[in-house]
Order: sequence, then structure tokens, then C-alpha cells
Amino acid sequence: MKSFDLIQPATIDEALAAWQPGASWLGGGTNLVDLMKAGALQPDTVIDVNRLPGLREIETLSDGATRIGALVSNAELASDMEFARSFPAIAEAVLSGASGQLRNAATVAGNLMQRTRCAYFQDPNAACNRREPGSGCDARAGENANLAVLGWSDACIATSPSDLCVSLAALDAVVEIRGREGQREIAIADFHLLPGDTPERETALQPGELIVAVRLPAEARQFAANARYLKVRERTSFAFAVASCAAALQMEGGRISKARLALGAVAARPWRVAEAETLLAGHLPDTDLFARAADAALAGASPSGANAWKIELARRTVIRALTLAAAGTPARMPALPASPFGELAGELAHV
Amino acid sequence: MSDILARPVRFGSNSGQPVTRRDGIAKVTGAAVFAADNAPEKLLYAVYVPATIARGRVVHLDTDAAKAHPGVTLVMTPQNRPALQGDPSEKPTMFSFRVEVLQDDTVRYAGQPIALVVGKTLEAATEGARLLKPRYTADPARTALDDNESFGFEPEGFGLPAGAEHGDVEAGHAAADKSVDVIYETASQYHNPMETHAVVAAWEGDRLTLDMPSQALAMSCAGYAFFFGIPAENVTLRSPYLGGGFGSKAIPTGPQVLAILAARETARPVKLMLTRQQMFGPVGHRGATRQRLRLGIGAKGALTVIDHEGVAETSTFDDFVEPAANASQGLYAAQALRSTHRAVRLDVGTPGPMRAPGEASGSAALECAMDELAEAAGIDPLEFRLLNYAETEPGTGKPYSSKALRDCYLQGAKRFGWAGRPLQSGQMRDENGLLTGWGMGTALFPCPMFAAEATATLRADGTALVETSAADMGQGAWTALAQIAADSLGVPLDRLEFRAGDSRLPDGGVAGGSGHTATAGNALHAAGSDVIAQLGQIAAEDKDSPLHGAGNARFVARDGRIHVEGDETRSEALADIFARAGKAEVTGNGSAARPPEAAEKHAMHSHGAVFAEVKVDPELCQMRVTRLVGAFAAGRIINPRLAESQLMGGMIWGISFALHEEAKFDRRSGRVMNADFAGYHVPVNADVAGLEVITVHEDDPYVNALGIKGVGEIGITGTVGAIANAIWHATGRRIRRFPIRIEDLLNA
Repeated sequence: MKSFDLIQPATIDEALAAWQPGASWLGGGTNLVDLMKAGALQPDTVIDVNRLPGLREIETLSDGATRIGALVSNAELASDMEFARSFPAIAEAVLSGASGQLRNAATVAGNLMQRTRCAYFQDPNAACNRREPGSGCDARAGENANLAVLGWSDACIATSPSDLCVSLAALDAVVEIRGREGQREIAIADFHLLPGDTPERETALQPGELIVAVRLPAEARQFAANARYLKVRERTSFAFAVASCAAALQMEGGRISKARLALGAVAARPWRVAEAETLLAGHLPDTDLFARAADAALAGASPSGANAWKIELARRTVIRALTLAAAGTPARMPALPASPFGELAGELAHV
Repeated sequence: MSDILARPVRFGSNSGQPVTRRDGIAKVTGAAVFAADNAPEKLLYAVYVPATIARGRVVHLDTDAAKAHPGVTLVMTPQNRPALQGDPSEKPTMFSFRVEVLQDDTVRYAGQPIALVVGKTLEAATEGARLLKPRYTADPARTALDDNESFGFEPEGFGLPAGAEHGDVEAGHAAADKSVDVIYETASQYHNPMETHAVVAAWEGDRLTLDMPSQALAMSCAGYAFFFGIPAENVTLRSPYLGGGFGSKAIPTGPQVLAILAARETARPVKLMLTRQQMFGPVGHRGATRQRLRLGIGAKGALTVIDHEGVAETSTFDDFVEPAANASQGLYAAQALRSTHRAVRLDVGTPGPMRAPGEASGSAALECAMDELAEAAGIDPLEFRLLNYAETEPGTGKPYSSKALRDCYLQGAKRFGWAGRPLQSGQMRDENGLLTGWGMGTALFPCPMFAAEATATLRADGTALVETSAADMGQGAWTALAQIAADSLGVPLDRLEFRAGDSRLPDGGVAGGSGHTATAGNALHAAGSDVIAQLGQIAAEDKDSPLHGAGNARFVARDGRIHVEGDETRSEALADIFARAGKAEVTGNGSAARPPEAAEKHAMHSHGAVFAEVKVDPELCQMRVTRLVGAFAAGRIINPRLAESQLMGGMIWGISFALHEEAKFDRRSGRVMNADFAGYHVPVNADVAGLEVITVHEDDPYVNALGIKGVGEIGITGTVGAIANAIWHATGRRIRRFPIRIEDLLNA
């Protein structure tokens, strides 16, 4: 592979100072290193952020918010009992992703920054506007059965592969960022960008900025009793979603008082539609209601290739996720988190 | 009557026992040295450049940039590739294909080696290869069965399979009271053992040492020797451990030839190991098929005809046509049977034998078509198969050497709980509302034998050494074969040293065709028997021995003693025979191959029955195989633990075939777009929810002296159909394309 400089700064300031155009941050390396091996990404400089202090804590702030350090591993996050009790849909989403080994290495910030798994993005010999602006999009007339049905453009039809981000989006997470200019915050809804004419701009991060934490507002805990993540996959575990949905409800006297809904695997970012959430509020949970919410969530969906089927599947996934959320968060994490087969009796845990 | 109670005569105390793998600890602790773990001094690393188009020519390679990269020592292209002594278009051994070794600038498939870079480090060679930045003139790629005309062919070698025809097929069609006429399609699949293909090649004069995983050591030596113009005995091939092969490691491959050539050219040892992505090209695969099945039954449900046409892909430059239609021979008692094959030339690497070649694809289609016909006839699928049970081989009328298939059906069905299955589809839901279906399929696989040799040495101290160049692909041959050898010599397993996996040992034959235990095992048995016969003869000629005067009697060894076969009263301790004869050790030789007359008189197959339960989410259409029960009759089972593990592995591949595995080509570039384990799905643990194997007792006096058939491949057959049939039973939908996907059920 191409030679590169590896820098291992000891402080955030050192890390920020070390950054230069063409550099990549290295967290768990579960995505970046694969792409470097494949030749899809060739950073001149890799800045390993794993030695930075203070980024591995999960803490409750004085205002009731929960702050997750950027370097908390996916495994640590999902196995933190207090966190899982407060944010069961996030824990379920995390445990439905990748494998145990990968979750041990993968970090929360890295999860936000992971790249699309579109085969043409990963193949350095294919045309890809996201990887190489202006080169074209080979996916449009290629193997695109699992690519976007919402928010795509002629330039790019990639999807975000993240499960965690879908659940974070449903709960209005905030991304804390450090740059040479200081600290700022970006709402998760604004963090990932739709491709438009500039698919190479994947996030709202400015060059050289570093994620230091992800924060969940205090209100996010109020969905704990009725929060689920559902992920339809081509195999039972260890596969990216073909459609997923985080559904979180607040219930009062049997009625939905507040609803949150985010879809995964359908667009370049987690997909949230305010109308879908609003129309649920104030109603008794019911399949027709959920179907209307699903229709609202999928409004404007259109196939970007041989993937019209995903629109119907995503619609059904929303309905099911809402049904599961309305039934209540299970007392125990299902043996197969986020799976349609999660409730099978006697199943051994596959997380 | 003897006053000594005869003990039940059995082969020995080792065979039949569920001995754990003798190499298990070495593998778990990492002590086992696999081919690419070797790093001799002065080692160089080779990396080849795979073509990124499927058809056309390479018009430019930036060799200057590659050569200028620090650490690069050799850049090999068609312009400067040193001559080979053997023509790469020739096939030096029974199992070989034309190899792609930079003979010209033509690109015949994506992934074909178009240059080789050697460097002092793997990183230097990798970057040198990247810097070559090939430019091409490309022609349209043809990677799907519809992209080219199909053609018929005369059978030749193992790549162009003969079909078969028995009885009056047209009369069979005409006599049918009910019939099905269906087309099933199977996807192209690529062998992906955990250990990718690798070689560490070192020359010393005209002698070559290869550390290379191999399923066929002697044949590989002959194959590689041919390309380099040296005698086969000048090649030493060491393959003590393999991380799987599935048929892909029996055949010389282009990348490995190039690495050996680079070692000769640089006069240094060279290592090459394929990346996962490179497995999707030059080292074989299971070609896609399209199969038409026309089956008919008479009024009482008896098959009047099985008419099976297979179309399969092959490459533009060599022939391996998946013999799928032949899976319909030898199984059901149809009045007329026809299997035909056609091929389509595509811009892909040459397909090759991949675990149950032909049988896997063919059985998938046949068992589904049988299910469709059972449905049409309103007969339970198991009853339908019993109704068409063949007592002698259909078409040929030959007796089976053994066939406990009826027991497989009955034991499997009982264990699964098949009784009471609703005939109609869509009748069962579980407590969570998931659609539930039950399906079944018959498993069938031939039991070939190859030729092998072995030696055995028994020592006066009761220890033994046996040797044959057998290949343990991970399936446990090193354990099961040792059990056989120990029994033949009458010694405990822990007194036996077994040397295998090295070409300097007697030829252990090919680990393929599910025939390795039968082949190498019988050779070891013959070698051990030779030792015992020699010792028996010594004793028989010694008037101080209880065996004195046994004359022409045969001798068998058990528990450290030699017995006169059939007379349990006459025996003597091996140690005593050695002591009186004043010998330290006795060595014997053995060989094995099936006598042609035995093969001529009998039909020889392993059989089985597989029952599947599949659950399908009624709205989301995600599928899961929740239970699989397979009952198999495969002659003598040497090691039940390992045999069941092999059968389980086959059944899991059946899940993979039915629901997961598929190479997805970009139709424009001809590249496989899911050439890694993130995209090329095989089952994970959670996909294998319930798996049970029953081995059904079967004595076979004809297949070979030990009555061993084989268990390596049969598990895939039957299973694929059982799963697809269960999906129909759950949903009422017949999906006639594998793998079956969510979108197939969503749209159906």
C-alpha cells in the first residue's frame, strides 16, 4: 500500500495542530484501514486519536444530558447497563451492527464518520463522485439493489451504513466538535449531508475538525419505556441493513404523546420526517395510524435503480418498528437485537 | 465349542470412536504452521495485478513507476516474463486447467493476473503493483448466462460432462398424467476457504520446494514440475495444514505458477498469498446454471420421466461445465431419465469443481421440482419420494452396493417430526406470528475412490509409524486416517505417529470427491495389514508360537495381539513375536484403488434425507432456517464426531446456497462487486439456529475393503431443496432462483 505518516498525538491540541489537508483521523480503523488496503482512500497522514485523553467516558451532565466520549467503543456503549436502560434503542442499534470483534474496536465517532458501503465507492477502479468528484456514478446503472430511495441525486445514490446514527437521529443527539478555532456543536440531523451536487461533502465537519463527543439531551431518556430499533437484513446477523427504523414513543394513558422515527439504509443520512412524528402524537397506537406515519416517512421516495422494492420494505419496517415500540421496550435485550427473529424463545444471544 | 468366549469381531478399538482432532490444540494455539506462515531467509514477496476489465487488452503498464518504487526488485509483465518450459495451455494432470501466466496482453476475465511485482516487503510489492496503473482497450463484458449463445459439446475430460439417457423419454412425457416444466437458476459462487491460496517457493538448482496448501500433493507436484521442465520428484510440496479448500486447492493455479517463476528468476524464495478480493477470479468457482426440469407422473404418482437440461457457464478459454443435470441420475425410479448439458462462454475465470460440483446445483433444482410435482399430485413430499424409491439404479438396473436411504427418510422424518405436516402451504404460524414451513429433500453423492499408497512400520516397543501424503483440509483426515492405521496395526492411537501432508511420503491421492478417507484410509489399512501378515507369517513358521502352523490363514491385529482370522482361540502378543524373531521393526506397504469389476457391477452412492424448517416474517419477508435435520447413510463411519461435523458443514453450505451466496457482477466492467466477506454473504452462527445430523448404519461390502463411502459433500445436496421447499410451504411462493432474497418474496 501507499506509504503514509502515522502521527500519535497525546493531546487534542496536538492532534488538531497535526492535521493537514490529505490527513485522516484514525479511531478503531474498522472502515478506514479496509478502504486504505483496497486503495479507495490514500491519506498521506494518518492521525491516531486513540491516545487523546478524556474521550472514553460516558457521563451524565448536570442538565441531565448524557455525554458519550468520541473514543467510547461500540461494545462499551452497548454494554453500559445504565446507558442501555436509558437509551434502549441505541443499545439495540449498536448491538445489531457488525460483529463482537468489530464492536470492540469501532468507536462512536468513527461510527458517525464511516463511509458508505456502496461497492463503487469502495472500488478504486469504478467511477464515483463521492470518492472522486466529477468522475461519475457507476452505481446508477450497476449493482444498486441496496442503494438509496430517498434523498439521492444524479451524482450519488449511496446510503449511510450506520445503525447507531439512526437511533441517535431519532433522539436528537448533538455532535460536539473541536477545531483549531475552538469548540462547536452540530445537531445530528445536520451532521450528515445529502449528496446533491457535492456528494464528496459527506458531513458538516470542516477540514481538520475532530468529533470529541456525542450528547443526548435529557429529554431523550423519556422514551426509554417505548423505544426499539428494527433492522431487516439479508442474513440473521453481521450484515448491513436493507431497511431499518428507530422508533421511540412517549405514552400517556395508552396514547402516544410524542413520537420519534428515523429510517436507516434508505438515504445518505438517517431519514427523519417531522410530519410522520406529528401525526402519531395524541393517538392510540394502531396499525392504520402506523401505516399513515410510514407513508409520511417515505413521502417522496423513488427508486435510484433496481431498488423500488426497498420503498415498500422500508414502509413495512416503519410499521413494525412502531408496533414494537408501542408494545414496550423488552425487559431484556433480545437474543437477536433488532431482528425480526429477536423474540424467538430459547434462543441463545447472538450479540 | 471354544471355552474362550469370542469377542464381537469389529475393525478395531479406534475406528468408530468420536476422537477429537489430533491437531486441534496446535490449531487453536497457533502452533500449526500454514503455508504462508513460512518465512525462509532472504524471502521476497510477490503481488500480482488483477485485471479490472473482463475482456480486452492491456495497452499500457507504468513499469517505470513500479520499478522506481523503493523495495521493488522485479516487475514481470508479458513483455519480460521468463519462458516456461511447459505450455500453460496444456493440461499436465487429470485435474488441471489452462493457467493464466502472462502469456499475452489479452484480458479474458476480471481478476486475471496481468503483471507480477516482487519486492523486499509485502508493502513494497503491493504499492509497486498499484503503481502499474494498467490502461486497457475494453470490449463489452459477458458475465450473465444470457450474454452469449449456449452450445452443446462432446464429453471430454472432467470439464465437459457426459449426460445420460435411459428409457424412452418421449414416451415418458406422453405417459404422464401430471407433470411439471420448470426452470431453476443458481448463482455463481466462489470458493472462499479461510486460508486463501498461497505459496512460498524456493529453488535450489533444479529442485523446487513449495510450501503450499494442496488437496492433491502428488498431482500438484507433477503439475508444477511440468511448467518448469523438471521431473515431478524434484518438487517437494509441504502442506501439513490447509485452511479449507473446497475443491479449489487441488488444481495448479496461475498466480502460484507466477510466484514460482519469480523465485527462479530472482534466485530467492518468494511468497505469494492471494487477498480475499483475488479469490474471485483465477482460482475457480461454481458456475451459474439455468436448469429446466420436466418431470411426469402416472395416475398413481410413479415417475414416468425425469428430463433435466442444464446450461452452465464456462470461460472463453477453457472448459468446466457444472454437471448439474447428472444429479437426476441414480436416484428416483423413473421409467425414463435424461440428463443433458450445454455451456455458455463468458468472460469469467474458468469455473471448477466446488464442493459437490454438479450435485449441489442439480440437486437444488431437482428436489424443488420434485416438491412441485408432489404438490401437483397432492401427495406428501416424503411419501412421494418413497413411492418412487429406486431399489436398483434407475436406467442401469444395477444393484446398489448399499443403500440405506429408506432408513434415512424414516429416521430423519421421525427426528424432525414430519408427521402431521399440512399438505397445503401457508398453514403454519409460530407463537410470534411468523410464517412457518417444512420442506425436505433427498441427498445423493457418488462415492469415488482415487489411487493411493502408504507405508506402515510397527516396532517391537509397540509404537508405529505410518506415512502417506494425505491432505487434512481441516476436515480431520489427520485424525480419522490415523484411527484406521492404528486399527490395522492393532495399536492404540496414542502409540501411532502419522506423517502426512508432504509429497516425499507415499502418494496419498486426492482429497476430493468425498473420497479421501476411503482412498488414503484403505491404502493405510493395506499397509498395516501387510505388516501384520508378515508378522503372522513369522509366527506361523515358529514352532514356539501359538500361531504355529496357521499356514495360509489370514491374520488380524487387535489390542497388541495377532489373531488368526476366524479363530479367536489362536493369538499371540506382537511383542512376543518381535522378541523371538529378534526384530526391531517390520515395515509394510499398501495401496488402494477400487477394482474396476466392483465398480462395474454396482451403483455406489452415499444417500441422505434432509428436513428443514424455515420461518418467514409475513411482512418483512426476512427468512431464517430454524431447524435442519439430516440423516445420512455413508457406509462405515470412522469418526462420528468428524463425520457429523463434515455433514453439518455441508448442510450449512446448503443454507448458504439457498439464501446467501452469490457473486454479483457489474455487467459493464465484468468485475465481481461483492468480492469480500462484507458483500459475499455466507451464513453466520445466527443463521444456523438448529442443526442435527444422524448417521444411519450401513454396511457396504463392495465399495472398498473398509466399507467407507464419504461425507464431505453430500450435506449440501438435499438441503438446498429442503429449504426452498420449506419457504414455499411457509409462504405459498415458489422462488426458482437461488439465492432466495427478501425482494423475491416481497415482490412475488
